[in-house]
Amino acid sequence: MLERPDFTELFITHIELSVVALLIAIAIALPVALAIRNTPLGAALAINVGNIGRAVPSLAILALCQPFLGFGFDTALVALTALAIPPILINASTGLREVSREVIDAARGMGLSGSQILTGIQMPIAAPVIFAGIRTSAVQVVASATLATFIGGGGLGDLIVEGTQLNDTTLLLAGSLSVAVLAIITEVGFGALERGMTPKGLKVAQKRAR
Amino acid sequence: MGKVGTLALLQDISSIEDPRLIEWDWIRENFWEDIVPAIQGHIYLSFVSVAIALAISLPTGVMVSRYRKAYAPVTFVTGLLYSIPSLALFGILISIPGITIGPTPVIIALVAYSLLIMIRNTVAGLDTVPAETIDAARGMGLTNRQILFKVELPLALPVIVAGIRIATVTIIGIATIGAYIAAGGLGKMIFDGINTSFPTMIITGAVLATALAVLADLLLLALERRLRPWARRRKS
Repeated sequence: MLERPDFTELFITHIELSVVALLIAIAIALPVALAIRNTPLGAALAINVGNIGRAVPSLAILALCQPFLGFGFDTALVALTALAIPPILINASTGLREVSREVIDAARGMGLSGSQILTGIQMPIAAPVIFAGIRTSAVQVVASATLATFIGGGGLGDLIVEGTQLNDTTLLLAGSLSVAVLAIITEVGFGALERGMTPKGLKVAQKRAR
Repeated sequence: MGKVGTLALLQDISSIEDPRLIEWDWIRENFWEDIVPAIQGHIYLSFVSVAIALAISLPTGVMVSRYRKAYAPVTFVTGLLYSIPSLALFGILISIPGITIGPTPVIIALVAYSLLIMIRNTVAGLDTVPAETIDAARGMGLTNRQILFKVELPLALPVIVAGIRIATVTIIGIATIGAYIAAGGLGKMIFDGINTSFPTMIITGAVLATALAVLADLLLLALERRLRPWARRRKS
């Protein structure tokens, strides 16, 4: 059996890194997406950010933050936040953009104000797409938090690194399997949340389209 | 258009003039001895993985598109593999007796990550072939095998290449982490740079890995466009 009194601590650090990074990323990406939703410049920017985000390896982002910010939890947090922003930003801005013009026209015809259209029509319709972006980021952040160990950020990656260095298979497997399970739970859990976020009306429309 | 932004970022990073961050002398002195072999090693790891993944995904994709019942279980299993973080998958693989650190477990993991994307795109590509086209081919007397190789696969190729493209960019990124279990490549420069507190190595490794991913993305995008002559004709 694994005898690591600090397992819980590493586990909590891992979760803490992931949750805080995701929340900061949401707090940055969503308002930006809302602010740029009507500008063509915004759309181009969002696409650029998405492309850069896809090509830069997550290890590169974590490693590049190290010379500037030093070793530790905070550096890992900054890197993971940077990693989490692009999927949320790109999904939120495309989601809001893809609400069809007819629907917005109809809402305006019914006498809804601009802000009512945003909160009552655009945001609920875009919610599944926005949430899909949050899900992508969440899975990516939980996975990349494993790499935080290389820049002294802690988390479950510590167990994998120690297990490899000490050639301790039990330790290695304990770290690897708990990270794997955590990532799969995140993926499945957010998938369920995503389905829950889809408004009833949209579900009916999706069924009909099939 | 999106690529311009990516290149601009690369230029920004490489134009940092702080001598402590980038020591150009080091890059000049170690270019042929360290940097070029690291790039070659990285290309080797990625290329071998994509090739093996393609050899598995194409037949699997064709089979799954014929027996639809297999689609859900196949995407479930490959999706599960895809969601395991790379360092954890490396850890699990090297725990298996007979697998030691080095390129082998890294290539196995990279192949595993490609399967979901490549199989899904193969099936999606085959789905784009209209039933009328297949009927016409059959009417012309082509055998099932001929229809697959001369009609369906060529028509599905752009979507299949799109899958190869996404998988390749993903693989080039994850391959950097493989250096931790002695697979070499550009990740080795990143790790050595962190361990010796030498930012020049970190930045060189990170920038080159990103550049390699962007380059592969652009090359495969060009190939994808060439394979869709009908789309090009429509544009002009």
